[in-house]
Amino acid sequence: MPEPLTAPHVLEYPYTRSVGPVMGAFFAALRERRIVGVRGSDGRVIVPPQEYDPTTSEALGELADVADAGTVTAWTWISAPRPKHPLQRPFAFALIRLDGADTAMLHAVDAGEEQVMRTGMRVRACWREEPRGDIHDIACFEREPEP
Amino acid sequence: MSDPVMVIATPIRLDYTYTAGQASSRFLRGLTERKLLGQRCPECRKVYIPPRGSCPTCGVPTAEDVECKDTGTVTTFCVVNIPFPGQAIRPPFVAASVLLDGADIALFHLLQEVDVQQARMGMRVEALWVPDEELRPSMESIRYFRPSGEPDAPYASYKDHL
Repeated sequence: MPEPLTAPHVLEYPYTRSVGPVMGAFFAALRERRIVGVRGSDGRVIVPPQEYDPTTSEALGELADVADAGTVTAWTWISAPRPKHPLQRPFAFALIRLDGADTAMLHAVDAGEEQVMRTGMRVRACWREEPRGDIHDIACFEREPEP
Repeated sequence: MSDPVMVIATPIRLDYTYTAGQASSRFLRGLTERKLLGQRCPECRKVYIPPRGSCPTCGVPTAEDVECKDTGTVTTFCVVNIPFPGQAIRPPFVAASVLLDGADIALFHLLQEVDVQQARMGMRVEALWVPDEELRPSMESIRYFRPSGEPDAPYASYKDHL
């Protein structure tokens, strides 16, 4: 019996997404190498910002600057990155609570090797050379020397 | 504050390797010889093309190969007026379900050499094949279907294949 035929089959969807005023402000700030969150009804700073309060559902809009450095609160090691991953060498996906923020943000940590990673480690954003106003303006986070 | 960001690009790309299986591979290889090979169900006797190796109604394997003609009847169609990324042909154009002579299920293909206003159910059509050197194991070996000039098929001849 002859071998069955195979062929590459690529599905591509060229989506664009409207981001709204709050996420729009977050992305606009990234273009200026700044990170902003939004203040929730209980005073907590949510990063990335949300349009509506997670507990009261009221509309939010008071932006708050946070630092581009923070603390890893959780992480997982990616030993074999896939083509669309942010880094093409082993790295960590990590939840990072930025200084001034009360929530953690998911991003990549370029730690070199898994042994370096630990919960509580300090990291700082590495910015893309020409920011464009999307999440990839932060190329990754890197370990910050301990004080 | 600089201009707000209104939209972000969020492209999605999925890379598959499609394996046709034995029945569909035979169909695809047949296209390189300008043959349209379907399969008949041993229970309901219907001819499926492209064949998938089993009958979707009876759930039994299909083994008997049946060659269909490259002429057929338009059962349903759609006039595409809207351009979209990746579109190979300029709209407006007609995409049609063509019930090949000898088949019990329609093939979806392009209908050309017809004014979009003239496309209709029952229209008799024929395949226009690519030149020999361009024949490949692909549906693109049929460039498109076009009106054959025969009188329209009566509704009763395709009403069970809609």
